Amino acid sequence: MNDAAVSEDAPRINYLTNGFSVKSWLLSVDHKRIGILYLIAMTCFFALGAVAAGLFRLELATAEADVLANDTYNKLFTAHGIIMVFFFLIPAVPGVLGNFLVPIMIGAKDVAFPRLNLASWYIYMAGGLTTLGAIMLGGIDTGWTFYTPYSSVYADSNVIMAGTGVFITGFSSILTGLNFIVTIHKMRAPGMTWMRLPLFIWAQYATSIINVLGTPVLAITLLLVVFERGLGFGIFDPARGGDPVLYQHLFWFYSHPAVYIMILPGFGVVSEVIACFSRKRIYGYEFVAFSSLAIAGIGFFVWGHHMFVSSQSEYAALIFSALTFLVGIPTAIKIFNWTATLYKGSVVLSAPMLYTLGFIGLFLVGGMTGLFLATMATNVHLTDTYFVVAHFHYVMVGGMMMAWLAGLHFWWPKMFGKLYNEFWAKVGAAVIFFGFNFTFFPQFIAGNMGMPRRYHVYDLDYQPFQMLSTAGAFLMGTGLLICLITLVMSLITGKKCGRNPFHATGLEWNKADSPPDTHNFTEPVNVDVEAYDYTDERIYRDA
Amino acid sequence: MNTAVKTSPDVASDYAQSVDALYAYLLGVSVFFTVAIVAVIIFFTIRYQRRKADEVPEPTKDGKLLEILGSVIPFILVMIMFFWGAKLYFDARLPPKDAIEILVTGKQWMWKVQHPNGKREINDLHVPVGTPIKLTMTSEDVIHSYFLPSFRKKMDVLPGKYTQLWFLPEEEGEHHIFCAEYCGTEHSLMIGKLHIVSPEAYEAWLSTGGAVSTVAAGDDPVLAGKTLFEANCTVCHSGMPGAIGPNILGAFGTERQLESGESILMDENYVKNSMLNPNEHIAKGYPAAMTSFKGTLNNTQMGQIIQYLKSAAE
Ligand SMILES: [Cu+2]
Ligand SMILES: [Cu+2]
Repeated sequence: MNDAAVSEDAPRINYLTNGFSVKSWLLSVDHKRIGILYLIAMTCFFALGAVAAGLFRLELATAEADVLANDTYNKLFTAHGIIMVFFFLIPAVPGVLGNFLVPIMIGAKDVAFPRLNLASWYIYMAGGLTTLGAIMLGGIDTGWTFYTPYSSVYADSNVIMAGTGVFITGFSSILTGLNFIVTIHKMRAPGMTWMRLPLFIWAQYATSIINVLGTPVLAITLLLVVFERGLGFGIFDPARGGDPVLYQHLFWFYSHPAVYIMILPGFGVVSEVIACFSRKRIYGYEFVAFSSLAIAGIGFFVWGHHMFVSSQSEYAALIFSALTFLVGIPTAIKIFNWTATLYKGSVVLSAPMLYTLGFIGLFLVGGMTGLFLATMATNVHLTDTYFVVAHFHYVMVGGMMMAWLAGLHFWWPKMFGKLYNEFWAKVGAAVIFFGFNFTFFPQFIAGNMGMPRRYHVYDLDYQPFQMLSTAGAFLMGTGLLICLITLVMSLITGKKCGRNPFHATGLEWNKADSPPDTHNFTEPVNVDVEAYDYTDERIYRDA
Repeated sequence: MNTAVKTSPDVASDYAQSVDALYAYLLGVSVFFTVAIVAVIIFFTIRYQRRKADEVPEPTKDGKLLEILGSVIPFILVMIMFFWGAKLYFDARLPPKDAIEILVTGKQWMWKVQHPNGKREINDLHVPVGTPIKLTMTSEDVIHSYFLPSFRKKMDVLPGKYTQLWFLPEEEGEHHIFCAEYCGTEHSLMIGKLHIVSPEAYEAWLSTGGAVSTVAAGDDPVLAGKTLFEANCTVCHSGMPGAIGPNILGAFGTERQLESGESILMDENYVKNSMLNPNEHIAKGYPAAMTSFKGTLNNTQMGQIIQYLKSAAE
């Protein structure tokens, strides 16, 4: 490879060295720089959400109220939920990895609408700062679910401002989704057929569809709550002829698919990492690709499983239960396919792979406990208890966050051209994994014993489990710090790496430098291989 | 530590036991598959560890049979979960005819309870052993949820609507009552104790005035409802000659024919809705002449009229 050799001798200007001023970052329409902007903003939001969790976990260590007043406790779990869901879990993988990788992986110079892409980041920030403002100026105590009529009439807090913030951020998701859909349809390089797309792209594509179809419903719903609260609309307030359960239908119509918005991009990451570190094509590529679309579709018709005791009709509940089991099947088969990919592979337990296997283990528990909640009779007992809290953390943190960290470690050398310390990265992964289980596994037991969620004080019977949970949370926090320090240190002391340090397939590894050129590629891109062809010897040339 | 750590919920009824059996099935299936998959993954990572830096494994062919098997087996297992769960859920929904009806009103942050003879209590609930209990519940403000963990039952309690929860107390004892739907500042203090006592003790309890309860004539919801009915509804709705509305005394619990050709069950929600929005459902053969009682009757009064109509239908 002549070009690669040239670029090693005299390093050309890459996207990171193309301008150093603040303005060159804040006004950049380069999808890679925008990805980095998301990374920085999101890490800050994540840290805030984590601090909120640390505080209320401290309170929950004992059954009595000893650290926080009840209102403070309520505001903290609300802040934690809103920040983590809307400003970390939903935008993390699409915002950072999606922005950085989607154009490169399909052989394009940028997304279809680069300026709109930058605007999306500003919208995300505007929404985030508005919501943060609401939290700082007294806080919100509605829970991240904003249930009416509590939020619209009774809550003694900044619902209008917080709701507006989330409403604004929604547009960032919609526009990013739109941008990705058009990019994937229109900007693939010659030879990059649909069936040659990396599974990460399929996952982003499916996620974008949900974003474009679902997010407007959330936006309208929250706007109605804001109007109801500010202008006295009576849509959800029974005292004015409204129906509070209608709110729940509208909210979960978005918020169940939102689980897939969070997890599908994670599935994409996992497919890439497993293929690379077992040097195999993902088992059942077509199935994995289409199951993302199937999940995106069926996922829109299961929202009522959040409402089995809400007074919705029993027959509606019956249908929702059946459909929920149905949506579980494509997910189950994905796990089966990832496992099968390892078979007769060449497996290396690198840091991204550890995170990925951690993801499979935790997501498996999250999925299995989802069966308990899809089953109507057990749902009645378990809903609104700690069982649910544990379940969705296994899915969203154990699943999505582990996948996010796997992806971050996997593409870190590509993004910054530096290798991190593999040993400490692995330590971080292990500590996060064990800390996570310590935190959330005991909550399944407390929940089955009947402990309701969002309780500031609670019965002594539940205390042993809550204590374990708090200890686990701090262990997990330590793991996250190790991970953060390892990655930041790599920027300063990390060894430089070449194009393809992991010998992975894909255009980002084989046609783009690390870090990539401002225009992504320095040579014309033409795809002549199937996805995940690990027998192609070209991928083993460069390190 | 001298007390053992409890790891499972109390069992207070046969129903709770049958939910636990379903729970055990779910647990069995999920533990089996989780352990199996994790074991396979660990085995593969060790067995197929990369030995040489430049080794490239043979690609595997996709096996259609494996894929189909991998879909069909889980499908069968989850269909069992689905039907089993649905059956228990429907069993748990329909209250038996002979249930004692107790009124529960949720309010930030307490449970207000009224027994059939009008006796009230707050947060706690006294019930006799051996008789099915039907709670008819509504809220004065936000959404709450009445949760009896030892019975594996809960039901949301909503403003502007009646919901029901029934259970059969089979043994004397004390159990938790929790509010399970987040309702604001003191959500975690919206708790109480369920006291299951012998029928004699329940009768005795009903007839004494406790700390928070007195039995006065005005407290009897049926009597109060009768007075309200006679003041507001009798002219049109008790079958007087020339009345412009249908006679509804004795009609509670029956299907009512509507002008639109449909029919509707006359239950708590229907009666209350008719008082608030009388023109939503017009009774067959009558004009749309009734005006709304919104603002004239409060929530409690509407509840009392409903209780009177119920007793008139017995
Ligand atoms: Cu859901
Ligand atoms: Cu509550």
